[in-house]
Amino acid sequence: MKANGILPLTLETVGFEVDGHAILDGIDAAFATGSRTVILGANGAGKSVLLRICHGLIAPTAGHVRWADGAARPRAQAMVFQRPVMLRRSAIANIEYGLRLAGVPAVERRERAEAALARVGLAVIARRSARVLSGGEQQRLALARAWALRPSILFLDEPTASLDPAAARNVEAIVQAIHDAGTKIVMTTHNLALARRIGDEILFLHEGRLVETTPATEFFTRPRTPLGRAFIEGDLS
Amino acid sequence: MQDFSLAFAAAASLLWNGDAELWHIIRLSLAVSLTATLIATLIGAPLGAMLAIGRFAGRRVVVIVLNGFMGLPPVVVGLVVYLLLSRSGPLGALGILFTAKAMVIAQTLLITPIIASLMRQVVEDAWSEYREQLVSLGASPWKSGFTLLWDTRYSLITALLAGFGRAAAEVGAVMIVGGNIANYTRVMTTAIALETTKGDLPLALALGFVLIAIIIGINAIAFWIRNWAQRRFR
Repeated sequence: MKANGILPLTLETVGFEVDGHAILDGIDAAFATGSRTVILGANGAGKSVLLRICHGLIAPTAGHVRWADGAARPRAQAMVFQRPVMLRRSAIANIEYGLRLAGVPAVERRERAEAALARVGLAVIARRSARVLSGGEQQRLALARAWALRPSILFLDEPTASLDPAAARNVEAIVQAIHDAGTKIVMTTHNLALARRIGDEILFLHEGRLVETTPATEFFTRPRTPLGRAFIEGDLS
Repeated sequence: MQDFSLAFAAAASLLWNGDAELWHIIRLSLAVSLTATLIATLIGAPLGAMLAIGRFAGRRVVVIVLNGFMGLPPVVVGLVVYLLLSRSGPLGALGILFTAKAMVIAQTLLITPIIASLMRQVVEDAWSEYREQLVSLGASPWKSGFTLLWDTRYSLITALLAGFGRAAAEVGAVMIVGGNIANYTRVMTTAIALETTKGDLPLALALGFVLIAIIIGINAIAFWIRNWAQRRFR
């Protein structure tokens, strides 16, 4: 897998300011192959901004984002947003669009798109217009579109926050499958139960600062910081 | 009211009898305005998308000027094209003043800002929704622009109609650069103006009814297409 050469992704004292107001401050983190990283924190903690900086959608105002291969923005990465954006064309055409942008030769696109749809259980609606699909189906399609790109690392921004429980469970299962297939998972959430099920490692953010980086098993039983404990208990009570 | 019933009768009889001059006028009107709409779309839609997505110095000024140009007075456009195409003008060598080509040029200039401005607004709205996803997938600004134009293709129909309606209804520009020459550059609006001054009100009104009917018909077709598409693709 040549694609895996881009990891680990390293953040060095990354900060992000808007009009003098710090959204993120002094973030040091590393994202290595294999484990599932969950970026946990309350609304407004800076999770989504951090994810967008990692993915290269926005540039940090301080610090550095470094990929192992030295590229500014490697191709072998993908992102799934809280609300999927689908183009006005069929489900399969949405996946093929992503593949075309990624430079996949025309002869391979159909086959890869069909395989991706099958993996998320949407093979039967391949020819349906993507925009008429339900929210859950659209999110699965977004996952298929990302997965078809065979990324080394997949960023997910609260992928289940707008979904009903059944659809959320579907999405979780697909994220698990993508992880099993060897893609590094980095997901944001404020949902403790979800973080517990998906996470191997927890990055706990509070008011733009990275408070602790702890293995999930430890974070939920013995958080290392008072803020971490407060977050767990606050959410539980 | 007498005029209106006379006009209906006159219009019906002219159309029914296949009056050669009337049909020539109608065909020429449609040909000139549809050609102008087509060219204006080919220029205006990409221009609108570029203004929606591109970030360059002076963009704001261009947007404001373009919005202002939506209300260009047709006679002024006609005058400018006349000056450009007249024998002593910079494009005089083309020798196309007082031809249908000159009329197409004038109407294209008139409606390109309309189509560009409307598409800029549509694409800008779509861009704010799609931007992160397209950048995430690695789309260049050019690629994004054409993707958004294709994705907003049903709104493009509305912009196109606004342009066509304006082109088909204007009289000032085609009058100046076409010259209203019978069987050559006479279109519906210039014919109406002429027949009115000559006092042939029934013929003028008959032409008016035909013009309105054509515009309503084209709008109806576009409305139907849009509705169908929205149900199909949402």
